[in-house]
Amino acid sequence: MLQYEVVIGLEVHAQLLTKSKIFCGCSTKFGSPPNTQTCPVCLGLPGVLPVLNREAVNFAIMMALATRSKIEPYCRFARKNYFYPDLPKGYQISQYELPLSTGGYIEIDVNGGIKKIGLTRIHMEEDAGKSIHDGSADTTLVDLNRAGVPLIEIVSEPEIRSPEDSVTYLKKLRETLRYLEICDGNMEEGSFRCDANISIRPVGEKELGTKTEVKNMNSFRFVQKALEYEINRQIEVVSGGGRIIQETRLWDSDRGVTVSMRSKEEAHDYRYFPEPDLVPLEVSTEWQEEVKKKLPELPDEKRERFVQEYEIPEYDAQVLTASKALANYFEESVRDYRSPKSISNWIMGDLLRELKLSGTDIDDSLIRPPHLSKMIKMIDEDVISGKIAKTVFEEMYRTGKDPEAIVQEKGLVQVTDEGEIEKYVSQVIAENPGEAEAYRGGKDKLIGFFVGQVMKLSGGKANPAKVNEILKSMLRG
Amino acid sequence: MELYNLTIHELNDLLKKKEVTVREIAESVFSRIDDVEDKVRAYACLSADKAFEQAKKADMLIRDNTDFSALNGIPVAIKDNMCTEGIQTTCASRILQDFRPPYTASVIEKLNSRGYLHTGMTNMDEFAMGSSTENSSYRVTKNPWDITRVPGGSSGGSAAAVAAGECIAALGSDTGGSIRQPAALCGVVGLKPTYGRVSRYGLVAFASSLDQIGPLTKDVTDCAIMLKAISGHDPADSTSAAISVPDYQAVLGRDIKGIKLGIPGEYFISGMDPSVDRSVREAIKVFERLGAVIEDISLPHTEYAVAAYYIIATAEASSNLARYDGVKYGYRTKDADNLLEMYMKTRDEGFGSEVKRRIMLGTYVLSAGYYDAYYRKAQQVRTLIKRDFDKAFEKVDAILTPTTPTPAFSIGEKTQDPLQMYLSDIFTISVNLAGIPAISIPCGFTEGELPVGLQILGKHFDEERILQAAYAYEQSTEWHKRRAKIRG
Repeated sequence: MLQYEVVIGLEVHAQLLTKSKIFCGCSTKFGSPPNTQTCPVCLGLPGVLPVLNREAVNFAIMMALATRSKIEPYCRFARKNYFYPDLPKGYQISQYELPLSTGGYIEIDVNGGIKKIGLTRIHMEEDAGKSIHDGSADTTLVDLNRAGVPLIEIVSEPEIRSPEDSVTYLKKLRETLRYLEICDGNMEEGSFRCDANISIRPVGEKELGTKTEVKNMNSFRFVQKALEYEINRQIEVVSGGGRIIQETRLWDSDRGVTVSMRSKEEAHDYRYFPEPDLVPLEVSTEWQEEVKKKLPELPDEKRERFVQEYEIPEYDAQVLTASKALANYFEESVRDYRSPKSISNWIMGDLLRELKLSGTDIDDSLIRPPHLSKMIKMIDEDVISGKIAKTVFEEMYRTGKDPEAIVQEKGLVQVTDEGEIEKYVSQVIAENPGEAEAYRGGKDKLIGFFVGQVMKLSGGKANPAKVNEILKSMLRG
Repeated sequence: MELYNLTIHELNDLLKKKEVTVREIAESVFSRIDDVEDKVRAYACLSADKAFEQAKKADMLIRDNTDFSALNGIPVAIKDNMCTEGIQTTCASRILQDFRPPYTASVIEKLNSRGYLHTGMTNMDEFAMGSSTENSSYRVTKNPWDITRVPGGSSGGSAAAVAAGECIAALGSDTGGSIRQPAALCGVVGLKPTYGRVSRYGLVAFASSLDQIGPLTKDVTDCAIMLKAISGHDPADSTSAAISVPDYQAVLGRDIKGIKLGIPGEYFISGMDPSVDRSVREAIKVFERLGAVIEDISLPHTEYAVAAYYIIATAEASSNLARYDGVKYGYRTKDADNLLEMYMKTRDEGFGSEVKRRIMLGTYVLSAGYYDAYYRKAQQVRTLIKRDFDKAFEKVDAILTPTTPTPAFSIGEKTQDPLQMYLSDIFTISVNLAGIPAISIPCGFTEGELPVGLQILGKHFDEERILQAAYAYEQSTEWHKRRAKIRG
């Protein structure tokens, strides 16, 4: 059977976290009562004019820099003309022939290797409002709070080869946006939206096949499923001797299928032309430098630095840099007590597990970095045993208390005094003469049983290493 | 002399001497309106109550000796395409019937802060598309010099109101000649400022890269006063220039000896009305007598201006007018079963035929497959036309041309022939494409007592030079003193 290669290009719309809209002073806050964040400009009243929000440009430049794109010294806004009730001017101010940046790439992990996905362009535009079909059959309501919220559109080259890589790419893109703190990346609320262009071709073929565009995938899971479905559909059509029709298809998550929305012939002619109400945007090298100075460390850079600076394994660095908040948490902990590997173990193990179980963000964790590092220091200094630490950790997670206070309150300080441990040991040997006899007779494995008994007797507080040592000498004696 | 016949500066002198009150000025103008408006029909709607309210305040400031500035207490008419909060602004279109903007245009704010009296909104061609004011959805404005003729357009209401004494000055907008052409046809002064000189915020857009607000006045001094009042950078208009505004009155009266004036051969065409040709040539002689150096120049791409203009202007208009969809404000059709039908019926019933024609033209030239042949080509022509002027202005300080090829034509004469109508802007269009300033001033009359206009074109942001030249000419002629003889 003929093998097909999958070709995917992704278009991502990311809402920028500016305080005000891209062409007027209205707030961008999400979730306010309908049409309360509007003014003559974003309502598209007769006679109004747009004025570009410089902060939105700064944010777009940040993303361009972070993806090593070429920022164009001269770009223009353009009008994309189409009629829709939630598009108040009858056109969307976007960019067309001259986008903010071209080129650049995103690095993703593919089967353990690194693959560069090239970017075609990043451009700026305004969001449209929302049409609300509230169930009553014959009316549609329009909320223009979102009209004019700044967006960047990030267009990839058709260099993605599978649904899995698509999701990896999207996650990486979102992580970068979040690191830059320019987009909250919320797919359900629509602040991070993705459309996909998909085609297939026989392996070895250079020419691209006819593509379809899939829209309406508002979660990573749906992206994966929609692309899988669409690829299979295309393969079936082609293997059955049919031809792919260039069209836009919508993902129907209830039925798990993509359905045709409009064909190429029905496609909009957007009649783009340069926006005469705005002067061309010239991003000077000085402006770029200014933004560059404010650019935070990006995930890849951070990961490399963690490996170098803290000498932790690549895997640990990868997990710890998955979000900026988590990376900050780790670094704060290490700052208080420089034991990076054990801190990393506790974060990746117990902490992340608990957070995941309770659905809590790292920023909302009651255990703060100074407490975590203090607890680990207490283990290293034999104040508490690793076993006791689990109890302390649980208490910290529940209450946010200082580990020292917990240990004091509960009397959990480790017993290292040899005299005291000897007392426990003698008692255990006395109470288990049969086992003691068997041990002496060569059943070495029974040492575990004795350690367990001593620990139990001491309420877990006895230092296990010492217990081991003393047990061995006393059993023999 | 009746107060309504006076100029801004004459009234300001009287107010300074406290020989008249603002109230008396307002009464004179509104009684003149009562007398002649039935014949002229310059206004779309009148604001007597507002004007008299403003007059009270202006009189108070004069009584307290706190404001003798030029525009305090001066009745000014506003073209019906500039937004004033709460005042019906229709662009002479059914689609904006009853539209009352919730905000005020920057130019109106400026006039407000200088104490003007708002007489009313003046009639115009629908959305400023036309050259005769016959494309208004509501009324046809008549030329006060001959009410069987058009006042020109699209700011025909503003020009007619100034000419008939129904206001002291007016604001118009000029996209391809819409201030200068009606000024010429009504025998008044009209100036289109450099693109970017005056804020467009609050001017209902026709063609954004060409539109510019400007004054229509009875003489050049008034023009300088009005221009100073409305000019300057506006943070709400990204295309308004951050260039300081000079005191335009300061240059009036300066000698024009040695000033170089170019005469472009392309603007003296066959088929031009002989009396227009004669008046303009005589005006050139006046400049010569005043010591100006007259030079023949060439603007070789002039013949492509009309074509380029009707591509660029209609393209922008097709997009600018998309917002009138019946969803948010203005007219909405009474019966529609679905969204598409609502759009189509609303726009079909709301727009007049010339507006529809231009929306269709503009939509066509921007369409996939046609963009390069039309819109992009027109932009290239526009660049060539700009270069023509840049070259010319290396040699001369200003350029003299007729404003229009003919005097005011009869009502109905060109309505059936859009192309003939478009050609009445043949001398004014290049100026908008190049973004330069130009003024039209009265320079004579035809045998039939119809006014003729002389156009003076200047370099970017050099309104001073054209005002200086216009004033020198005006002071050595009497044309500007004649008033239309219309009576009630």
